[in-house]
Amino acid sequence: MILTLHDYWSARGCLILQPYDMRMGAGTFHTATTLRALGPEPWNAAFVQPCRRPTDGRYGENPNRLQHYYQYQVILKPSPADLQELYLGSLAAIGIDFTRHDIRFVEDDWESPTLGAWGLGWEVWCDGMEVTQFTYFQQMGGFDCKPVAGELTYGLERLAMYIQNVDSVYDLAFNDAGVSYGDVFHENEVQMSTWNFEVANTDTLFDQFRKAAAECENCLEAKLPIPAYEQAIEASHIFNLLQARGVISVAERQAYIGRVRDLAKGACAAWIEKNTPDWQARYSGWTL
Amino acid sequence: MTDLATDFLLELRSEEIPARMQDKAREDLARLFAAELDRAGMKAGEIVTYATPRRLALIARELPAETAAVREETKGPRTSAPAQALEGFLRKTGLSADQLTERDGVWFAVLEKPGRKAADVLAEAIPAIVRAFPWPKSMRWGAASASTESLRWVRPLQGIVALFGDDVVPCEIAGVVSGAATVGHRFHHPGVITIGSAADYVEKLRACHVIVDQDERRAIVRERASALAAEAGLSLIADEGLVAENAGLTEWPVPLLGRFEPEFLSVPPEVIQLTARVNQKYFVCSDASGKLANAFVCTANIEAADGGERIVEGNRKVLAARLSDARFFYETDLKVPLAEQAKKLEKIVFHEKLGTVADKVERVAKLARWLVEEGIVSSSLPGEGRGPVGTSEVTERSASQQQPSRLDPGLRRGTEELADMAERAARLAKADLVTGMVGEFPELQGLMGGYYAGAQGEDAQVAEAVRDHYKPVGQGDEVPTAPVTVAVSLADKLDTLRGFFLLEEPPTGSKDPFALRRAALGVIRLVTDNGLRGSLSTWLTKAVDLHLETCLRSLGRTVPEKPMYLEVQGDTRRLMSEGAEVLCFPVAADAPFYGGVRAQGLHPASPVDFFADRLKVQQREAGVRHDLIDAVFALGGEDDLVRLLARVRALQAFVTTEDGANLLAGYKRAANILKKEGYGASPTDVIPAEAGIQTPGDGDGVETTAALDSPPRGNDHKGAMEPAEADLLAALDAAEPAAARAVAAEDFEAAMAALATLRGPIDAFFEGVIVNDPDPAKRARRLALLDRVRTAVHTVADFSKIEG
Repeated sequence: MILTLHDYWSARGCLILQPYDMRMGAGTFHTATTLRALGPEPWNAAFVQPCRRPTDGRYGENPNRLQHYYQYQVILKPSPADLQELYLGSLAAIGIDFTRHDIRFVEDDWESPTLGAWGLGWEVWCDGMEVTQFTYFQQMGGFDCKPVAGELTYGLERLAMYIQNVDSVYDLAFNDAGVSYGDVFHENEVQMSTWNFEVANTDTLFDQFRKAAAECENCLEAKLPIPAYEQAIEASHIFNLLQARGVISVAERQAYIGRVRDLAKGACAAWIEKNTPDWQARYSGWTL
Repeated sequence: MTDLATDFLLELRSEEIPARMQDKAREDLARLFAAELDRAGMKAGEIVTYATPRRLALIARELPAETAAVREETKGPRTSAPAQALEGFLRKTGLSADQLTERDGVWFAVLEKPGRKAADVLAEAIPAIVRAFPWPKSMRWGAASASTESLRWVRPLQGIVALFGDDVVPCEIAGVVSGAATVGHRFHHPGVITIGSAADYVEKLRACHVIVDQDERRAIVRERASALAAEAGLSLIADEGLVAENAGLTEWPVPLLGRFEPEFLSVPPEVIQLTARVNQKYFVCSDASGKLANAFVCTANIEAADGGERIVEGNRKVLAARLSDARFFYETDLKVPLAEQAKKLEKIVFHEKLGTVADKVERVAKLARWLVEEGIVSSSLPGEGRGPVGTSEVTERSASQQQPSRLDPGLRRGTEELADMAERAARLAKADLVTGMVGEFPELQGLMGGYYAGAQGEDAQVAEAVRDHYKPVGQGDEVPTAPVTVAVSLADKLDTLRGFFLLEEPPTGSKDPFALRRAALGVIRLVTDNGLRGSLSTWLTKAVDLHLETCLRSLGRTVPEKPMYLEVQGDTRRLMSEGAEVLCFPVAADAPFYGGVRAQGLHPASPVDFFADRLKVQQREAGVRHDLIDAVFALGGEDDLVRLLARVRALQAFVTTEDGANLLAGYKRAANILKKEGYGASPTDVIPAEAGIQTPGDGDGVETTAALDSPPRGNDHKGAMEPAEADLLAALDAAEPAAARAVAAEDFEAAMAALATLRGPIDAFFEGVIVNDPDPAKRARRLALLDRVRTAVHTVADFSKIEG
C-alpha cells in the first residue's frame, strides 16, 4: 500500500521522503510539512511518519486506537485546483471501490494549538471511518501561509483494515507468510500504554520538558531554526506524555500548550527570517 | 412587463460545504441577491434557494429584462441667485450651465438614467455577492493565495453557473468563469453536465444523482430511516438535527440499517446514543419496550452496487470501535470510587479568583446542607412534581418559615438525614469531571456521575442528585423536584452566581461566559416550581460567607466558627469575628483580591436586581406582566420569590377587573395631584427616588411636609369634612388594615378585595370634592387624604409602576 502511494504521488511530482527520526504526534510535525509550508517556494512531498499519541493508548484492547501508528502524508504547495480528484485517485489506486464504499468529506477544521497552526478542510470518511485528514493550511506557527498548502494525512492502518476487510487492526496481515500486525505491535501497545499511563517518571518528564524548552531557546539565540524546531517537537511530545500521566491540571494545560506554541512559533519565525532574503529575491513581490 | 419576465439561475459550486453552514448560506444568498436587485431597482417574483454539500444555488423567477428608466430631478438655486450659488450647484451635479432646466425662476438638474439590461445588472451582482458573502469561516487556496488578498470562500470555489433565461450571464471571479456547465454526483455521475435554464436545473441534476432541494433530501432521510427501523420491528429515535446534518452531507441520501453487538448494551444508553450521534451521525432505535436496541441507521451518499452491504459492515465496525472505547472508559471509571475521583478536583481551577473545583465542592456541600437545615429545602416539597422521597416524615409548613429546632425529634432526624444526603451528593457531584468518559464526552457530565454513584452503592437519591444537579439547563429543561437534587442544584447555582457577582463580573449584553443568566433562571425555576420559601438575599449572604471561607483557607487562615463581619477604618477593612480580627486588608485599586473579601468590603453589589430582571424575562413567557413585577419589587424588601409571584399574580388578576382598572385610574390621578403639589411619598414607603422626592424650592414644601407628618386619622377633622371626604376616610380606615392583614397572611386575593372597596369612595371623592381648595387647611387635608390612598394602595404594590 505504501509503495502504491509512493508510486502514485511520485508520478504526480512529489518528492518521496523518509520519516522524521523523532517522536511526534503527527506527520504534520515533520519539517517537510511545518517549515516547508512557510514561504513562497512550491513544495510537493510524500512520506510515511510513525506517530505517537500517548493518550490514545488502549493497552492493545481497542480494535483501532493505538498510541503508535503510521500516517502517510502528502503536502502540496500551492494546493492544486484538482486536489480532491487527485486524492480520490490515490484511494482508487490502493483498491477502494467507489461503487461499494461510501466516501464522504465531513467538515473538520484542523487546528494544532501547539504549532500555532490552523486550516480548513475535512476528515474523509470511508463507510463512516475517518481514513484521511484533508486540510488547506491557512496559518503555520502563527504566520499566514502564502500560498496555501494542501495536506493529506492518510491513516494507513485504517485503510489497510478496509482493504483487507478485518475488524481489528491487530488482525491485519503484515505479509503473506502469516505475520499479523498484532504479532509485530500488540506487545508494544501493551507495554507502551502501561508506561505512558502508569510508569513514566513524571519528575523526569517535567525536567525533560524544561530542558527541551531551554535548548530550544538556546538554538534560537544561535539563529538555528531547525534544531530549535526539533526541541519544540521534543517538548510537545513530553507534554503529551505528562498529559497521559494525568499530572497536568486544566489550568496548567493551557500554559504548557502556550509554552510549546511559543517555541514552535519562535522556530518558524527564525526559519522565515533566515529565508526571507532568498524568497524575496526569487519571488518578487512576496512579503510575509 | 410580465410577458418579458425571465428566470435566473445561479449555482456556486465548491468543494464540500459544512452541513451546519448550509441553511444560513441559503438565507444569506437570498438576502444579498435581493439587496443587489433592489439597488438596481429590480424585483424578482420569487427567490428560491437550494444547498447541497457541493453547491449553493438560487433561482429568481420573473425578473424583468431591463430595469426601469429613472428620471431624477434636483432642485438648484433661483435664477436670480448670485453666480457662486450656481457654480456650487454645477460642481455638485457635475453638469454645465446649458444642461440645466429653468422652471419658475429656479434651476433644475435633470438626470435621465436609462434602463439597464438585467443581464448586466446580474453580471455585476454575482461577483459582489461572492465577495461579500458572510461565511462563518472562510479560506484561501491555490496559487493565488500567495497574496492574502485573494478570494475567500468556505472551501475552494470550483464553478459558477449563471443563466438568465437560456443565456449565460458572463462574469469572472478569481479565475472562475461563469457558464452553463456543472457536475453531477461525485461518484454516480462525475462528468460535466450542461444546464439549459433555471427550468431544467433541478431535474437535470436529479438525473445525475443529485437531489438539489435540501427539504426533499431531509424528507428522504427522515422517512426512509423510520421505515427501516419499522421493518426491523423497532422505532427510530427521531432527531431532526441528525436529519438536517445527514441531508447536508449527501447529494443522494441512502439510509441503511445495521446492527451492533448486543454486548455493548451494557454501556449506558445515553453514551451509545451520544457516540452514535456525535461521532458517527447515526440514528439509534428503541425496541418495543422502549429500551435502546442494538441497531443504528447511517446515511450513505451512494446507491451501492451491492445494496450497501459493505457500507453497513464498515459502519458497524467503526461504531464497534467507538463503543469499545466507551466501554473501556466506563469500566475503567467504575473501578475508581467517586469520592476518590473527587480528590483530583483540587487540581482543577474553577476560576482563578474563586478557587479550585474542590473549593467549590466544599462550598456547595455546606450550602446544600444549610438549605436543608434551615428548612428551605425539606423532604416534602410543595411543588407539583415529586421525586423519590427519602423520609417518611412530612414537614408541616406554614407561611412563616419553620425552624428545625421547632420540629419534633422525628422530623429533626428526617432533616438530618436529608442534610447528610445533600452534603454527600454535593461532594460527589463534580467528581465525574475527572473521569475518562466525561473527558471524552463533556456533555455527559452529571449523567455519568449518576451512573457511577449508583453502581458504587450510593443511595439512590444521592445518585439522582449527582445526575441531575446541573438541571434545569435550558428554558425547556425539566426542573428537579427530588429534595436532595433540589438542594444540591440550588446550592451549586447560588454559589456560582454569588461568586461571580463578588468578582463584579455580571453578564453584559451578549457576553455571559459563565452562564450566569442560565444559573439565575435555574434558581428561579427551582424556587418557583418547588415552592421554596425564604429570603433570596439571606441565601446569597450565606453563599458569601462560604466564599470568604475559601478565601481564608487559600491564605492559610483559620476559619472562625462564629459569624464574620466587616469593620471599616479609614483606608483599611478588617474582617472580624467575635471582636477578634480575622483578616485585615487595605483599600486600594491594586490591592490583592483576597477572594470575596475585597468585593464584600467595597462592592456589596448583590445579584438580587439581576434576579429581578431574569424573573421578568422568565415570567413574560408565562404571561405575567413585567410592570406588575416591578410594582411589587418597587416596594422593596420582598425577595421571597414564591410570595412575590403570588402577589404579582393576584395583582394581575385584579388590575384586569373593572374595580382594579378604576382603582388604578384613581390612584394615578391621586399620585399626579400629589406630585404636582410636591407632595412626597410617605416616608414609610420604600420607593425609588424618581417616584416622588420633594423638589427643592417648591412653595408648598413646608406645609405639605407638616401635613405629611400628621395625616388626618380617625375622626379628628370629621366635622369640617364633606361627605365624600368622610366616606373615603372611613373606607381607608377599614381597607388599609384589612389589606395589611391579608398581605401578612399571604392572602393576596383578599388584599386586592380590600383595596377594591376603595374604588367607589375614591371615585366619589374626585367627583364631589375639589382638592385645590382656596382654603389652605382644606387643601392640605385633602392632599393628606390622597396621600393615605397612595399609602394604602402601596400595602399591596407600587401602582405607579403599573402601565396603562
